[in-house]
Order: sequence, then C-alpha cells, then structure tokens
Amino acid sequence: MSNSYDANRWKRFDDWDARPLRHDQFAVEDPENGFSAFAGAADPKPGLTVGNGRVASMDGIPAAEFDMIDAFIAAHHLDMDVAEEAMAIPSERLARMLVDMNVPREELVRLARGLTPAKLAEAVAQLNAMEIAFAYSKMRARKTPGNQAHVTNAKDDPLQLAADAAVAVALGFDEIETTMRVARNSWSNALACCVGSVVGRAGTLFQCSSEEAEELEIGMAGFTSYAETVSVYGTESAFVDGDDTPWSKAWLAAAYASRGIKMRCTSGAASELLMGYHEAKSLLYLEARCLCLQRGMGSQGTQNGGIDGAPLASSIPGGVREIWAENLLAVWLDLECASGNDARHSESEMRVAAKVLPFLIGGSDLICSGFGSILKYDNSFNPSSFNGEELEEFLVLQRDFEADGGLTPIEDASALGLRRRAVDALSHVLKDLGLAEPTEVMKRSVAVASGSNDTESFAPRDVAVISDRISSRGITVIDVIRSLYGGGFREEAENLLFLVKLRVSGDYLQTSAIIRDGHVISAINDPNDYTGPGTGYRVSEARRAELAAIRNVLDREEVLRREAASEAGEARAVEYRTMGPAERGADPGEVVVGVSPGFGTKIFRTLAGHPLSAVLRALRDGIEAGGGRMRVLRIRHTADTSFLGLSAARLSGSGIGIGIQSKGTAVIHQKDRLPHNNLELFSNAPVTTLAHYRALGENAAGYAKGDMPAPVVVPTQGEALGARFHARVALTYAIETKMCENNASPEALEIHFAEGADGG
Amino acid sequence: MGDKPLSVKDYPLAETCPERVTGHRGKALDALTIEAVLSGELQMEDLRITAEALRRQAEIARDAGRAALGRNFERAAEMTKVPQAVVMEVYELLRPGRAPSKDALLQAAQGLREEYGAEALAGLVEEAAEVYEKRGLFRTRY
Repeated sequence: MSNSYDANRWKRFDDWDARPLRHDQFAVEDPENGFSAFAGAADPKPGLTVGNGRVASMDGIPAAEFDMIDAFIAAHHLDMDVAEEAMAIPSERLARMLVDMNVPREELVRLARGLTPAKLAEAVAQLNAMEIAFAYSKMRARKTPGNQAHVTNAKDDPLQLAADAAVAVALGFDEIETTMRVARNSWSNALACCVGSVVGRAGTLFQCSSEEAEELEIGMAGFTSYAETVSVYGTESAFVDGDDTPWSKAWLAAAYASRGIKMRCTSGAASELLMGYHEAKSLLYLEARCLCLQRGMGSQGTQNGGIDGAPLASSIPGGVREIWAENLLAVWLDLECASGNDARHSESEMRVAAKVLPFLIGGSDLICSGFGSILKYDNSFNPSSFNGEELEEFLVLQRDFEADGGLTPIEDASALGLRRRAVDALSHVLKDLGLAEPTEVMKRSVAVASGSNDTESFAPRDVAVISDRISSRGITVIDVIRSLYGGGFREEAENLLFLVKLRVSGDYLQTSAIIRDGHVISAINDPNDYTGPGTGYRVSEARRAELAAIRNVLDREEVLRREAASEAGEARAVEYRTMGPAERGADPGEVVVGVSPGFGTKIFRTLAGHPLSAVLRALRDGIEAGGGRMRVLRIRHTADTSFLGLSAARLSGSGIGIGIQSKGTAVIHQKDRLPHNNLELFSNAPVTTLAHYRALGENAAGYAKGDMPAPVVVPTQGEALGARFHARVALTYAIETKMCENNASPEALEIHFAEGADGG
Repeated sequence: MGDKPLSVKDYPLAETCPERVTGHRGKALDALTIEAVLSGELQMEDLRITAEALRRQAEIARDAGRAALGRNFERAAEMTKVPQAVVMEVYELLRPGRAPSKDALLQAAQGLREEYGAEALAGLVEEAAEVYEKRGLFRTRY
C-alpha cells in the first residue's frame, strides 16, 4: 500500500487506460493533411456559372480545369432546369428547410438535383448532430425501415453459411451479404447462402461480395440478387488507384441492371485519406462529390456512412457527426441508403451504440450495411458495429425505444430447427449435384455451433473443390431449385424460384426496394411521407408486440411460480405460529423483529436467494450472540422497511426493532426516531449474505444494551442491481403491499425451526 | 398500357400487369413455375430481364422524378442485347490505363452503336474518351 502513495499520477488514469476505449487511436485535426471532417484546407466555395446551357464553372473550378469527377458531376448530376434556382438559395436556408417538417421531402429532393457538391456540403454542415439525425429520418427514401446482415465464417464452411443465413432470415434481415476468406471459394459461398436464405421465408435479397467480373457472373447464374461493391471515390487519384473511373462504374451500374440485379454504389468518409489522395479536402466535401457521382450514374442507392473508413473518420473531431451528415446527403440526393454502421469504428461499446442510435430510432433503408449476424471472429469483412455477440442488445434497443430496427427476436427451439433444415437442404443439394458428401457429424456440429470454432465441418481445401465444381460445371440456380424440390425441400424450392423471378420484372431495381410478405416495396410504392408527428413510419400494434417479445421476461405469475417452488422446503424448515395481537414488551434485552405481510406466507426467499427461515435464524443467532433475545411480530398494516422497523421498535421492551421485508431489505430502528432516520439499513438485499444478517442481529442487540457498535457494511462491486432485480422487486413488493390492511395491528409469531434443518 | 409512358401507378409491374412481363424467350411470369423447372423447360434465359421491362422501369423512374436512374435503366435496356463477353470487354477498356489511346474507346463505341444499336452506351463511352484524353488516363498502369 505505501508504495502506491508515491505514484506520480492520479490512479484514475490507470483505470481509464484499462478501458476498451483507450484502444481507439484519436488524431488531431489537421486540415492540410486531410484530417478535417467539415472544413478542409482546400475545400472550395460553392458556386455555379452556366453558359449556353452548359456548366462553365462549378465550385470555383472552370470547366476547362475539371478533373474527371467534376466533369462527370457536371454532365450527369447537375440538372440545368433547377440548378440556377437551387444554387440561389442560401445554404443556411437549405439547412433550415431540411429540418422543417412543413417542407416536403420531394421539394428538397428536387432542389438537390441542382446543387453542387460544395453547396450540398455547406448546407448540411450547418446542422448540429440532432438536426442531422432528424433530417435523415425525414429525408430517407422508403418509409419502412430495413436491415442487412453479414453471413460469413472463418472456414468458408458452406454448411455453416446455410445455417447462419437461415437464422439471419428468421431475424428479419432484408438483405444478406457474404464474402470469402479465400477468393476462389466465391461460388461455394454463393450457393450455400443462397440455399440458406430461402429457408423459412421467401424474399431475402442476397449478395456475394467478390471481384467485379466474377460477382456479375455469379449474379447471372442466379445465385445472388443484388450487389453493393461498386465503389466510388472523391478524388481522381484515389479513383484511379481503385482501378476505375466514373464511366467504368456507370458502365457496371448499367450492366447489373441489364441482368436484372439490384445494385448500389459504395462510398464513405476517409477512403481517400486511407488511400493517400485527400487533396487537403474535408471528409464531407469529398463524400458530397462521391454521392453526386452516384446519383449521376443512375445508381438507385448507396452504401455510405464511413464504411471501411469509419474508424479513421471517427478519429477526427466531429468525425461521427460527419458520418451522419454524409448519410443525410445520400438521402437528400434521393438515394437508397445502406447507412454504414458496418465496420466497427470503436472498441468502446458506448461509442458504437451512440453512433447507431439515430438510424435505429429514425429508421433507415438498411440501418446497418452489414450487421454481423455471426460472431466477430467469423466475420470475413471485419467485426461490425453489432455482431452475433451483441445481437440481443440491438433487439433490446428496439424494445426500449419502440423503434423498428428491422429485426425480430427468435426463440431457441425455432432457431435450431431452422439451422437443421438449412443444413439438410444444402447437404442434399451438395450430394445431389455431386459437389460434396457432408457427413452426419459435420451436419450435427454445424447445427448447434455458435461459431466456426465449434464445428467439425469442411476444410478450406474441400470448399475450394466445391467452388471450382460449381463454376466449371456451369451450375445455375435452376439446377439448385430442381435439386431442392427433388430432395423434398419443396418450400425452399418455391422460395428460391420466387426470388429469381423478381429479376424478370425489374421491380426491385427501383430506389430502396426490398421484399416484404412476398411483395416488392420501394420508394415508389412505400415512399417516406414524413411531415410531422403521426406521419411517416409508425410501429403498428402487431409490430410493437414482435419488438417487445424478447427472451426471459418476468411477470407476476412467474414470480409466484418461483416462490411456490421454495414453499415446500420452507414448510419443512420453519413454522410460523400466529399467537394473536402483539403486546408491547417489557424485556429491556429484547429485539423485536417485524416481518412484512408476505414474509413466509407468499414469499419464501430473499433477492439474494436465502431462504427466509435461514435469515431469521441468522438474525436470532446474532441477537443472542449480542446478549439479546429475539421476538418476532408480523406487521400487517405496512410493507415499507422503515415503518416495519419503527413499528417493531415501538413494541420492543428495549426500544430497538428490526424491520425486514420478504425480499430481504432490513433496517434497525429505534422507537424515538423519525421513520426514515434509522440506525442501520441494508438496502442492497441481492448482495446481503446470511453473515450480514447475523451481524445486523448482533448490532441490534448492542444498541439495545446502549452500546454504539460499528455499522455493518454490505459492500457492492458496482453491479447495476436495479437492472438485475427491480422488475422482480416491484412484482414481489406489489404482492406484499396488496396484503396490507389499514389499521391492522401487528400479530405475535412463534417461530419453530425444524430440528437440524438449516433452512437451505 | 398503351403508348403513354408508364407512371408510378403502374408499379410494381409484376403485380399490375404480370401478363406483360416476360423473360427473354417470351415466357410470361406465370409460366415460370416449379413444373417448368422440373421438366427442364425453364432456362436461365427465361429469368433474364428484357429491354422492354427496363424501358418500362425507366418510365416509372422518370415519373417518380428520377431521370438519372431512368437513364441508367435505358442504358441497361440497350445492354440486354450486348453479349456478356462484350460487356466485360468494354468495362475493362473503360478502366484507367487499359485503353492505350482515345481511338480504342471510340472504336468500342462505334461497335456498340453499329452492332447492338446501343446509342446511349456508345455516347457514354465517347464521353469517357474525351475526358480520359484531357486527364491523361491513357497512361499504362501495369
């Protein structure tokens, strides 16, 4: 101990150093070197000049000096019919319009078509974090919120992919994204997730993130239904390093649509900074360029909001506000927004939860553009903001805020059933198509496994063989449908056929399209019509009930059922004999214990789990050790600890009483004190041990003798005892208060402990 | 659905006019059944979107105020006629440093226009050629 007094820093800093937060590396604001969220050293001033119906200069850059990004934005994003009108509106006024519920979304979307990147950035930069969050909720394209899952594993094990995909579907994810540890496994991953995603329900869209050309081929074979890997960047050099141009990406956008595959682009803050080509511009301005490009090339949507750059963006002051701001830009530009909350931006769970909150409570087309439905170590993209580990936290946040985060709780039994079904379906297809021979051990290990560390399944080399066979034999989704049907997986076959038929009409190519209950809903037929309270998306009663139905919730019957289970044991351990109205005692050595109405009649254990007979025994032993004698009364007019104690004290020959509730909260009182000014209080019943009760008894006997004993301290370790126990406390206490009768006088009790029984 | 452009009221096509929605070989949506899969009658071609469907989606997108998205669907409609190998060839050519000169892109554009009647796609490639030349993107990258 003495050593520690020589420390040369306040030890609280050691505590802080040990927090997960301190793994996060923060960076100083440095606009010259690209470390600025909103105000880059080289950010241009907004502006637009037009000559002969063409853009003559944009954001201070003459057309002759346009880089390829400026050129594409000027040619394909800016709408000359609205540009002059829109650019004339002061940015501050645009910002106010964004948060004004009386300005409809359509009007703001119309104006955005005529705004330059610098103007868009300047307008949203005026908003504080809360205003950005509100504006996002108002401006997002589709009314009904949704969510997207990552389904991957560290072994690229197809059986586990199928099982995890089926669980993701059951949880309600609208889209599933997979990728591989080993690039050549792409076809195997695609087939496995494709089969898993049609177990239980039809309509979950699926993508397999891989190399551009191969991804398109996999899509054309019918295994996938959407793509979001069409990345764009905000500086020319970063774009070229990414091995593309706005025109090559626009070509890909058309290519996906031409094959009936839904597509969105990807961009996010700090990608240019990571790639070393930031041009001393702010994160927000560069992202505004990216988003104008995406709208211009005719992408229906975007995956944006930091994405892989989120950790870097978040290292800068205001970085998380910027991430929200760029999401707002995306929806203002009328793009479907898969709003990031993807790559985990912090080791701090508080930072993670704080970042996702606006999207959870305000909704988003896809709240996470990759919620890790699997465990962190199985996520082949990288750990997400939320992962398999934290999934139930997300479900509870939905319940807390009555907010639709797109997910629905699942039950133990149905989850295992779905996993087995998915594993069986895929195993049949693998065998039937001559791709592999899964064994019973493999199947059983995968069905129950939480993650790939628990499985005995395919080795990485086996997967490469499966993948090569699918690709080289030209197996398509039609072969899979036929095989599923032939193997008795008829519902899955129908579900998969339903999914691939979507591509024929192209309905799901429109902005913000997902499938719900067998129908395509998008910004066309489910537009966000928010204009204030009572409008926009509202959680229905039925949906509210789904959100509330998490695991392990307590009700009154459950409390009584649990107590009933203890009743028989207590009946053997102790007998309470009612001896009629209690008298005031004359014995100066007595300590009167006043028990509550339900003590030993309805309730039989304390919150810490001690049988009440054992508690009484400990009190008696303590009182006797202190030289006193215990007398027990049942107080019938109150269940409040203070009044139990004071009532007992006033009937006590020594003037000292103990009040105790059946949940274990106890007090030492003295007859002349005010009700809430007691001698000692044990308020933390969940951590109060029998030894503490014994010590309490001993102290009470001490007070009776006129001593001043050291108060008993019940130490806590900072547990959130309220969170752990208050639901039960409230239900238990209500049972006791219901038993109280006004003016009922205390009754004397004779306590008979069963011989040899310790009450345990 | 006559000559008048479609509107948001016609959406979703699979529900408002399923009989008009067909795959590449003319099979209507309700002919795309499990029975057709089992008999071998249904092929991947039947699950491919047509130029007509994409043009209808373009009309719907324009009616919803999304002209840029509509233009992409129109380019996609042209691309339904372009073989996959050519789609990937032109994509490769559009990537930075792949085309050695402006001419390679202009030739590709000509091919798209002449062989597939792909006017909008050709225009996109020609526009790229102009910008790439200005920005020196014909430099070799590997």
